[in-house]
Amino acid sequence: MQALYAQLLVGLINGSFYALLSLGLAVIFGMLNIINFAHGALYMMGAFVAYFLLNLGGINYWWALIIAPVVVGIFGMILERTMLQWLTGLDHLYGLLLTFGIALIVQGVFQNYFGSSGLPYSIPDQLKGGVNLGFMFLPVYRGWVVIFSLVVCLATWFLIEKTQLGAYLRAATENPTLVRAFGINVPRMITLTYGLGVGLAALAGVLSAPINQVRPLMGADLIIVVFAVVVIGGMGSIMGSIITGFALGVIEGLTKYFYPEASNTVVFVLMVVVLLVKPTGLTGRAA
Amino acid sequence: MKNTISALLLGTALALSVASIASADDKVVKIGVLSDQSGLYADLAGPGSTLAAQMAIEDSGLKAKGWTIDLISGDHQNKPDIGTTIARQWFDVDKVDTVVDVPNSGVALAVNNVVKEKNGVYINSGAATSDLTNAQCSPNTVHWTYDTYMLAHATGQALVKAGGDTWFFLTADYAFGAALERDTTAVVVANGGKVVGGVKHPLNTADFSSFLLQAQASKAKIIGLANAGGDTTNSIKQAAEFGIVKGGQKLAALLLFLTDVKAIGLETAQGLNFTETFYWDLNDNTRAFSKRFSARMKNSAPPTMVQAGVYAGLMHYFKALEALGGNPHDGAKVVAKMKTIPTDDPLFGKGEIEANGRVTHDAYLFEVKKPSESKGPWDFYKLVGTVPGNQAFTPLDKSTCALLKK
Repeated sequence: MQALYAQLLVGLINGSFYALLSLGLAVIFGMLNIINFAHGALYMMGAFVAYFLLNLGGINYWWALIIAPVVVGIFGMILERTMLQWLTGLDHLYGLLLTFGIALIVQGVFQNYFGSSGLPYSIPDQLKGGVNLGFMFLPVYRGWVVIFSLVVCLATWFLIEKTQLGAYLRAATENPTLVRAFGINVPRMITLTYGLGVGLAALAGVLSAPINQVRPLMGADLIIVVFAVVVIGGMGSIMGSIITGFALGVIEGLTKYFYPEASNTVVFVLMVVVLLVKPTGLTGRAA
Repeated sequence: MKNTISALLLGTALALSVASIASADDKVVKIGVLSDQSGLYADLAGPGSTLAAQMAIEDSGLKAKGWTIDLISGDHQNKPDIGTTIARQWFDVDKVDTVVDVPNSGVALAVNNVVKEKNGVYINSGAATSDLTNAQCSPNTVHWTYDTYMLAHATGQALVKAGGDTWFFLTADYAFGAALERDTTAVVVANGGKVVGGVKHPLNTADFSSFLLQAQASKAKIIGLANAGGDTTNSIKQAAEFGIVKGGQKLAALLLFLTDVKAIGLETAQGLNFTETFYWDLNDNTRAFSKRFSARMKNSAPPTMVQAGVYAGLMHYFKALEALGGNPHDGAKVVAKMKTIPTDDPLFGKGEIEANGRVTHDAYLFEVKKPSESKGPWDFYKLVGTVPGNQAFTPLDKSTCALLKK
């Protein structure tokens, strides 16, 4: 039983990354109608920016948490302005192919310079060590990841579902022409939204840097699972992607305990089941 | 009449010379480096292995003696089907004579069959599985550098003897992990130890915390990491996070490469014990080679043992070709010749190729230095012991290779 609690907690930790990433994807899909396959590459860039800040500029983890999402977010906004915006109104497939191409290029460039085995990034001093919870030894850093990402997820949800700005955003997705008639700069808002989604990916990248290796392929390995999470949760649903992210982390953690060999397929099995039973995803509305 | 006879003679002579060109040995060699060029083993083999092969061709001096040696490389992406497709194409279309490197035991075993079928030469340096020179041995295969038997015996035995008598395995769920766990278990049991449990994880896993918690709960004194590359570095880093080493359990990195230590960082890796057969800073010869090698590497990295093995294996291959006086394009014949010449190269020292294809050379027990002891960007290892070549690898009487039963 003790082991089970521990696995549940570990699952929540992984779920935090799934939630942060799938949230970004959901925001971008919900507002821009783009399936952002470059998300994994942008997550990886977040981790690399943190690495550069520390090793080239001596700027610590805490600043990286703020600076990396901004830097990568700006990079994302440039992508949106120069490329993605031309795809408005076209089939989803074009956006998917374009962002997939971007992801391959970004990863290729990083791999060319940094190889594949990764760079070390150590845990900030304030979060080193761990606490004994009785049933498990919880590294402080992992606890921090769960709490911090929960806060960020809920704040994002609040921003989009409960504020004036969020209301404009949702309205602009429904009917851009009408919203523009009210004097709101819709293209700029879309660019900023893409920047926000990308920033969330970069933030997850910084959070994961001390746990995983900072590697060019770190995003490519994760993004497929995250897409499955988004599909299960329902494309474009903000709260759905948060809850599904955490829940799937827990389910995956339990699989690692009961039948480890299946741990990297369980998410996809679930995805198949959900698609067969409820094609719009658990929380999705019919289009 | 006279003219007719001389014409006939001339014709015969011409026909003979044409025939002799076709049948006799030429001096043309084509080598294919088949490796993981972009995945989790790309840094420990990959482009560095191609560079090592290139250097072997240059250092052999055969080109100056009129040989033509071509080098091509391919990316097997850690998938056996892709690896065998490339190998088949190399033999059938590109007329490749020799396949080298091939990390990833799953791919290596699949390619082993292709090379045997096509009667090529297979010099494996990157793969670990001891099956290459046991159950699946082949007259066309030479296995350089290391194998699971050697890793299990050198590291495993040292740890059991130091009191680590209960083991829990974290095993990569494919041919290599299974072979390494099997060989290490045999050593642990033979030395009076016990395996209390284990977990098989998928290849290329990012998060090991679930598995590490199970290892922690097992209370085993030693947690044996039967995995490689990124999987090993992630296990070690995350084990530190979960306080496993501080809690009194010891990690046994059964297979650890120089590039892995770099990725983990000395802060976390210090004190780890493991076995390798090559280290750039071992002696003057290895230092001289590594200096030339890293000058040509993109990130100035020194060679890993796999890359060193590609170089040494090819140097020996060229020796055999030179002794044969030409390339017979008959893999089994060349490998047979390679086995008759004792191996002696600047990187692995003296040794021999046994009848089952296993190359024996010394193996070294290393310990990772403390950050304060490290004097340079790649100064990582402290030598703590040497296992002589004739003791490090499977004894011939225990080898299950069918070639030995003749």
